[in-house]
Amino acid sequence: MMAKYCELFTTFFKIGTFTIGGGYAMIPLIQREVVTRRGWLSDTEMLDAIALSQTMPGILAANIAAIVGQRLRGIGGALVAVLGNILMPIVFIILIAAVFRQFQDIPAVQHIFMALRPAVVALIAAPVFTLARKAGVTLRTVWIPVLAALLIWLFGISPVFVILLALAAGWTYSKLIDNR
Amino acid sequence: MILFELFYTFLLIGLFTFGGGYSMIALIQSAVVEEHSWLTAQEFADILAISQITPGPVGINTATYAGYSAVIAEGYPTAMAVAGAVIASLAVLILPLTLILVVGRWLLKHKDQAPFDTLFRGLRLTVVGLIAAAALSLMPSAFAPTPTGTITIFDFQFSFFNLIIFLAVFALSLWKKVSPILLILLSGLLGLIIY
Repeated sequence: MMAKYCELFTTFFKIGTFTIGGGYAMIPLIQREVVTRRGWLSDTEMLDAIALSQTMPGILAANIAAIVGQRLRGIGGALVAVLGNILMPIVFIILIAAVFRQFQDIPAVQHIFMALRPAVVALIAAPVFTLARKAGVTLRTVWIPVLAALLIWLFGISPVFVILLALAAGWTYSKLIDNR
Repeated sequence: MILFELFYTFLLIGLFTFGGGYSMIALIQSAVVEEHSWLTAQEFADILAISQITPGPVGINTATYAGYSAVIAEGYPTAMAVAGAVIASLAVLILPLTLILVVGRWLLKHKDQAPFDTLFRGLRLTVVGLIAAAALSLMPSAFAPTPTGTITIFDFQFSFFNLIIFLAVFALSLWKKVSPILLILLSGLLGLIIY
């Protein structure tokens, strides 16, 4: 009984501690540990878990961990798996944040970060185009992401409000199609 | 009180993060930079750089780091910052995990049916705009004048070297699928050499 909780924790602890790059980098590792090595979920169950995690709000890796944990040991299992997954990342970041404050005024460190900033912004700009393809952006739908971006960037409207707006519009649109 | 404010802010961010880490980054940026002014765009970009090259989900890393820095920026001691980091990281998880545990199985059956199919399709399209807005808001900090390689066109002064880095990283990431970790490490090394 306890052994399963421990195994859940250590499995997701390992996945969280040794994957850099988050969700999509973690999926192959989760698949290998959960499906191939331990047989906790079948291939189809794993695909369902991934699909659901992508649909639901939140962090992909944590969502998958919760689903796997829940399947094995209910809500307790879900909590154990998620905590295992995020424990070391949180500890690492706190340590780095504390140490970085001591070094941030050194010229060499400042020079490194001057060049990192354009790199980071490029790394956020690039997925805009990959995600646009995945989301099925066409000439007919391109106004939706463009309008969302302008509302937030130009008019300073909160992204939370923009998402609520998208949900309301989607709901209305869906009802309109139904009634036709 | 800053810790309550952090908790509430990141609770909301968790609920509205659709479509992965980058959309969470966009929401965190909007909350901590634009709305609360806990961090400058430049400080946030620095946090992102570190969050992408350390282990763990990028969304969690960014939440942890932003929580820590927000408390420090408000003038509180390190112990409070550690509490802020933990609170922000856990708060983003609470509502998504509750939803998954409670309605997960039901939604898995219905997510491809009306009205959810339309809702999720609309959300995926909107999230693209969200991330684009985050990238646009961070642009000025990316091209701020640097010790070398700064040029002035009309009255507009910007770092030409950083523009090159931006274009190179963008192209390598989008078309060559080069790992973000490698690109960040290379850019850092380049900064050390040219600035």
